[in-house]
Amino acid sequence: MTNEEIKQHIITGLPNASFDETGEWLQVLVPVDAWKQFAQWLRSDALQMDFLFCLTCVDWAATPAGKALLTMVYHFTSTVFRHTLVVKVKLDRNNPEIETISDCWRTAEMHEREVFDLFGVQFLHHPDLRRLVLTDDFEGHPLRKDFEDPINMIKL
Amino acid sequence: MYRETQIIESAKTTSPNGGPDAVDDGALVINVGPQHPATHGVLHLVITLQGETIQKIEPHLGYIHRSIEKMCESLSYRQFIYVTSRMDYLSAHINNHGCALCVEKGLQLEVPPRAQVIRVLMDELTRIASHELWWGAMAMDLGAFTPFFYAFRERETINDIMEETCGARLTMNYMVPGGVMYDIHPNFQKRVKDFIQLFTNKIDEYDDLVTGNIIFQNRTQGVGVLTAADAISYGCTGPVARGSGVACDIRKLYPYEVYNKVAFDEIIETAGDSYARYLVRIKELKQSVRIVEQLIDNIPEGDFQAKTKAVLKLPKGEFYSRVETARGEFGVYIVSEGGTTPYRIKFRSPGFSNLSALDHISRGCKIGDLMAIMGTLDLVIPDIDR
Repeated sequence: MTNEEIKQHIITGLPNASFDETGEWLQVLVPVDAWKQFAQWLRSDALQMDFLFCLTCVDWAATPAGKALLTMVYHFTSTVFRHTLVVKVKLDRNNPEIETISDCWRTAEMHEREVFDLFGVQFLHHPDLRRLVLTDDFEGHPLRKDFEDPINMIKL
Repeated sequence: MYRETQIIESAKTTSPNGGPDAVDDGALVINVGPQHPATHGVLHLVITLQGETIQKIEPHLGYIHRSIEKMCESLSYRQFIYVTSRMDYLSAHINNHGCALCVEKGLQLEVPPRAQVIRVLMDELTRIASHELWWGAMAMDLGAFTPFFYAFRERETINDIMEETCGARLTMNYMVPGGVMYDIHPNFQKRVKDFIQLFTNKIDEYDDLVTGNIIFQNRTQGVGVLTAADAISYGCTGPVARGSGVACDIRKLYPYEVYNKVAFDEIIETAGDSYARYLVRIKELKQSVRIVEQLIDNIPEGDFQAKTKAVLKLPKGEFYSRVETARGEFGVYIVSEGGTTPYRIKFRSPGFSNLSALDHISRGCKIGDLMAIMGTLDLVIPDIDR
């Protein structure tokens, strides 16, 4: 499916989605309250985005425009149609909460745990939301831009 | 109290009563790792057993977590590539390649043809070396000690070739944005050709030793079955997914460098069990040899590196590149704010996703089968922890 067709599909289901075509792939920005329904629709509908190949988060605190902003970035592709879509969801940095998608894509379970561990994003209804690589009593979320560790972090 | 003991205690209490993951009375919770010879690294699995049958596997990661992604945020676009050799150290060249491709994509830099061919040659030699180590180690996990020495005998030759050209045997750091760091050593072509001649017959020897062995077949066939739909859902790539019949070879789907100009087959098996994953890797050895054979006499003359500025600056935006390592799809996602260092970098490592399928495919298997399953998943722990 071409980008234009994907766009038309998405607009019919989610009229307030905004698009960005400057990157390599089509990007769509989805409001956080519509995310879960949108994800289920991506998986099941004509788009058949069955392969979630990258799930991550970006902390914008070090930029002037994004003092209170985290962005979840999901890279989907379809093994049937071979089209790719990047979905972004903006979160409130002080209280980041988003619905899990581990019930739609199994790979999301571990990736979401990693994001929870390193960014502190709360994934609602996640089956097993614990820290993944750091110890349970670790304080802070290292990949956030304001994380400080004077002993172990070397600044160049 | 040791951390492992705490984890076992918490594994018992966190399972909700009556749920699908509930631990039955009489279940035994044991640790495999973090120092276990068959995990090939500091992977820690907490296994719930009912008799000898696996009920649940919980991987505990982070023993060698170095937060490479955070580290990269303070390194320049030339420097961060060196860190990635330390992730999947058996595919060091290919990791470097993925990062170099991503930076080149941002700079819109054209790589000279000579560098492209050298890169692909190095990638394929790395793949052979990695699969050899996997083959030896996997056979050793299943109780056959001899194959390990056979595999290392040939792998040593590749390491020597690498040492001569790149100056290192494991963490090569040979690929840089714009090409490769040095030109190949004058002996390179001759030594690679000698190796190929030596190696072609060795694959048949491997088949005689292990592939056709009835004990080996009984221990791997039908063990740890992963269906194609599950492989996609768990994000599995590389030989793990191809053993389940999913066509996912990045070299075929999204060809980079000269992969669209060389003839090779994407190996796909449909059984989805450990034996299928084993066969995919063994057959891939032959395909890698095919690629090397086609390219080794056709390295074009010219520059081995494009002219680049001393300080690299990527324009504002997002860049994603992917390559096929020996373990699967390795993705590099760079978010740039226009500076000399990446604003955010994410490595999509193949081992991480492949590991997440371990719990699913091992449930109901005997504990002895776990070694066969882990062997064919080909996990490299720094690649998972990062």
